Amino acid sequence: MSVTVLLQLVENGLVLGAMYGLIAVGYTMVYGTIQLINFAHGEIFMLGGFGALTVYAWIPGVAHLPLLAALPLMLLGGVVVAVAAAVGAERLAYRPLRAAPRLAPLITAIGLSLALQQVVSLWYRLPGGGNAKAPVAFPSFGGKAFNLGGVLVQRADLFTVIAAAVCMAALAWFVARTRSGRAMQATAQDPDTARLMGIDPDRMIVVAFAVGAALAAVAALTQGLRYGQISFDMGFVAGLKAFTAAVLGGIGNVRGAMLGGIVLGLAEELSSGILAHFRDTAQYGQAWADVWAFVLLILVLLLRPQGLLGERVADRA
Amino acid sequence: MFQRSLAVLGAVAGVCGLATACGSRSQSGHQASGSGGGATVVKIGLDAPLTGGLQALGLGMQYSAQLAVDLANKQQAVPGVTFQLVAKDDQASASIGEQNAAAYVADPAVAGVVGPLNSAVAQSMQSVFNQANLVDVSSASTNPSLTQGPNWKTAKTRAYPSFFRDITTDAVQGPFAADYVFKTLGIHTVATVDDGQTYGVGLVETFSAEFKKLGGQIALAQTATANTTDYSSVISAIKSSGAKLVYYGGEYPAGAPLSKELKAAGLNIPEMGGDGNEDPTYIKTAGPASNGDFATVPGAPLAALPSAKDFIAQYQAAHFPAPYAIYGGTSYDAAESIILSVKAALAQDGGKVPAGDAFRSQVEKAEQAVSFDGATGPVAFDQYGDIGSKVITMYKIENGAWDQGVYSGAFAG
Repeated sequence: MSVTVLLQLVENGLVLGAMYGLIAVGYTMVYGTIQLINFAHGEIFMLGGFGALTVYAWIPGVAHLPLLAALPLMLLGGVVVAVAAAVGAERLAYRPLRAAPRLAPLITAIGLSLALQQVVSLWYRLPGGGNAKAPVAFPSFGGKAFNLGGVLVQRADLFTVIAAAVCMAALAWFVARTRSGRAMQATAQDPDTARLMGIDPDRMIVVAFAVGAALAAVAALTQGLRYGQISFDMGFVAGLKAFTAAVLGGIGNVRGAMLGGIVLGLAEELSSGILAHFRDTAQYGQAWADVWAFVLLILVLLLRPQGLLGERVADRA
Repeated sequence: MFQRSLAVLGAVAGVCGLATACGSRSQSGHQASGSGGGATVVKIGLDAPLTGGLQALGLGMQYSAQLAVDLANKQQAVPGVTFQLVAKDDQASASIGEQNAAAYVADPAVAGVVGPLNSAVAQSMQSVFNQANLVDVSSASTNPSLTQGPNWKTAKTRAYPSFFRDITTDAVQGPFAADYVFKTLGIHTVATVDDGQTYGVGLVETFSAEFKKLGGQIALAQTATANTTDYSSVISAIKSSGAKLVYYGGEYPAGAPLSKELKAAGLNIPEMGGDGNEDPTYIKTAGPASNGDFATVPGAPLAALPSAKDFIAQYQAAHFPAPYAIYGGTSYDAAESIILSVKAALAQDGGKVPAGDAFRSQVEKAEQAVSFDGATGPVAFDQYGDIGSKVITMYKIENGAWDQGVYSGAFAG
């Protein structure tokens, strides 16, 4: 196994991990503020993809632009749809259950996840009458991959990594430097005291949902660009992996979510790629990728139950 | 508040009562009206993935079976009987398929079922159908063990007397592809990828066995995790394995991204798949890179068959909202075979629909003996319930579309 192959696997893993991380941020922010595992977040991610596709397919002229010029518009469409869905879900489904036992919003989230999938599957329409019951084609970059000494970096890969880095930097700045960000931290630490200090916790919770949704929309755009298709049920697997990444990194910790995503992506790619490379272990390669990812999760949770960057917190359950 | 909920409860109970009353009336109606002047309704089920990734194939199956039913009604194929197609969506899921099977069994007016598409779904449905002697004719499930039992390579035994299929199995499709790759394309090193499902794994198994027998080398064999579209680690391994072709066992929603990613990674080798890959959506997703990819489909190309001319003309005249796709011809023939079996069962009983379970047993017996010229050619079933024809066609993508078939023939073994 040559170094080039190994580096290629690392590159694949980083890109995959960056996407997991972007989605994981949404899980971890919502959990950090209201201790809710928002299982509908995978569908928010999916809606972000369809929002971007809607701009591309329905607004005349966008499809004829060079893809790089169309991307900001698509991103905007995706973010608007995802944020609207997440804020709507918070307002209509989760807020009324804020005082209910914790299982109630959890089950609501699962129900919402199924409902959103079906809404897209039943009612999404493409120009020309196509629907979204089957995977739909998503625009992707033409042209060749960049060749860095044998390691191929696809154009969409580059976009993914840059988008993830920009998003994480913006998020770090937002949480640490802005009034809203610090108010959000305060709400996460102690909602009651935060309220006494004049912070509106409801508003902060909405901000947490919105920020998570915006990053999920970016992730959905990268997913569409990389695989050339999106589907109404793509949120399930992606959501599960991102949730795993959030737990791996320490749920409630934003930097942990990104780290968890990258560790998970690398673990999947390296384990399956290296095992597939050798004849005797090939059968434990791609087929077992998820097994290795979850073995890693179990090991980390055994040694560090709070996750890689998580802080030990009093059990509030 | 209490008063109101009581009223709602009452209303719900009333509606339910009404619904069951109607339901039971229509069910008993079909037997009673047989002797009267009104037409007896005999239902034919159709189970296929009508939503989800395989929708394009499933809808083609549904409309083709619908065409057979409509024509039978129009031509009064069975006097005194009106056929009705009952389509159910299995979403390519084995558990939903099983529920659909149970629903068909529970409706005494259902005389037979066409479908499903997926071999894994077919597997879960058969014990339900078999217990009720309800005929199921699959027009798309190609895994050999469905008809010839799990040990079909060594000891063939028929597992389900109620199961038939009018499409050639993967026991022929895989080796046919291997033969083509080795002899015609002259490629001796391939990598295989499957999706871990009954159909995909079976197809790759039969392909690999024949390919090795010919002297070829399987440089890498990988199974992808369910629902994945990310093949980056597999592709790295394929790259270093020196394979000149990738044989894929699975269906186009996962097969097309594999082709796209292969070529994006700089590997300009063709992907070859089975009938699960042969769909226009495959090309749409995989893009221009898919030019040169192959797929085998059981049967001769429908458009080139003289026997299918009538079917194609009728299908186009009916203006169905979706094309008949690759399983249209076999689905049409499958529905036709059930209609003929119902006719034969009725003839034995003096033109009346036999009462109760006897009806289904007689249809099952008639199905085994059925023999006619269908859209895809002669249709008759052997002792395992398989069709006699062993013809497979190799299709290739050229200039962004599946061609009319580069090679068509029977695999002799």
